[in-house]
Amino acid sequence: MNKVFTKILAIFWKDILAEFRTKEIVTSVLVFALLVLVIFSFAFGTRADAMELVAPGILWTALTFGGVLGFNRVFIMEKENSRLEGLMLCPVDRAVIYWGKLAGSFTFILAVAVVITPIFLVLLNLPLFLPRLALIIVLATLGFAAVGTLFSAVAINTRARDIMLPILFLPIAVPVIVAAVKATALVIAGRPWGDMLVWLQIIIVFDIIYLVIATLVFEFVVEE
Amino acid sequence: MNEEVTASSWAIEAWGLTKSFGDRYALRGIDLKVSRGEHLVIFGPNGVGKTTLVKILSTLVKPSAGSVRLDGIDIRDKPAQSRRKIGLVSHQTFLYDDLTIYENLKFYGKMYDVPDLEPKIREVVSWVQLESRLYDRVGTLSRGLQQRASIARAVLHNPSILLLDEPEVGLDPHAITVIRDALGSINTGSRTVVMTTHNLERGLELGDSVIILDRGKIVYQASKHEVDTLNFKQIYDQCTGIGK
Repeated sequence: MNKVFTKILAIFWKDILAEFRTKEIVTSVLVFALLVLVIFSFAFGTRADAMELVAPGILWTALTFGGVLGFNRVFIMEKENSRLEGLMLCPVDRAVIYWGKLAGSFTFILAVAVVITPIFLVLLNLPLFLPRLALIIVLATLGFAAVGTLFSAVAINTRARDIMLPILFLPIAVPVIVAAVKATALVIAGRPWGDMLVWLQIIIVFDIIYLVIATLVFEFVVEE
Repeated sequence: MNEEVTASSWAIEAWGLTKSFGDRYALRGIDLKVSRGEHLVIFGPNGVGKTTLVKILSTLVKPSAGSVRLDGIDIRDKPAQSRRKIGLVSHQTFLYDDLTIYENLKFYGKMYDVPDLEPKIREVVSWVQLESRLYDRVGTLSRGLQQRASIARAVLHNPSILLLDEPEVGLDPHAITVIRDALGSINTGSRTVVMTTHNLERGLELGDSVIILDRGKIVYQASKHEVDTLNFKQIYDQCTGIGK
């Protein structure tokens, strides 16, 4: 178990190091997400009643579509120079590769969320300290990173991978995005924990289901 | 041939290897046995199945039919254990451009559970004479230097079988000479080597035995002592239909 964790960590750290030097994923996702936030906040203004309705949608539109941009890059670095073959040659279960790549994508999207969420809260005149929102973001990001990483591996072998990924990813990720939007709306409205519990449960169930499915099927996705 | 007796005495055993992509056959029933420490060279023009054969032996591609054993282990039964025995050098380096040679080797070392990784990295880097470039990013290196780093990557976990798939493709003559020296320095001991190449002279020099592939089949097989080196070009042309 310790060896498996070491290998997941090795893949994760390799991706972090490469991203730290190129800044390809975080920069593109961040710029896109910020643009979405700014454009929507100007479009809808800052009227409290309007904000309560549209703010959750704005945040999750920024994170979801920004995430798609990021997922498009996750396996491209492995495709170039046939590095995926180098990974496949390693004496590890294919699920180890999936979890290593997932850890990277989750961290990249979460890093973007850490930057854009305070900006989102300021732009929309919302309180800055919302720990429940942080929990929703972590759980929902894990869910759509689980699906996004898997479909990134699927899309990498297709010709129109930039188009293929959102087509594959978005319909599958809809439940977690809808649940995240609903839970975020309840947090912004200042409703108690009990009200958002059902949406949190949906997100957690989604996370578990897709983490298990992706772990099991990843081998068939990457094997020739 | 008595399969039971020979099962564990061969580094590589392949029976009836067939690979098809749709209705196109890349390999058609390849039988192959390579003894431990043997250097086998596979010749053949482009598109005859050399790379497909190497990819099957390295577990990267599953055969449509047939089976492979590496050191007596069936690669389908114990793929991870089989992969530990293999080092692959191809014209792709599998290295990450944005990481240094050291970071690449450290990454692969962890993936292969290489014990005493730091001294091992120093050792393999000295074999390929890249000590002074160890902390340079791979993307900043020439193709020849990258290929030498790739050789270091392939032998880092001390594989008993080294697969070389046209490792000299795209290199200038000087780089080829340096790569040859690097390969010479790592081929010590009982390492089994399977190499594909177009270079007949180089292949005959390295190989203990040679085979020629044509249209997915072995059309010529001989040990070094049996090969008519003077007329090998003619034999190759006849076997592959070149010049007809």
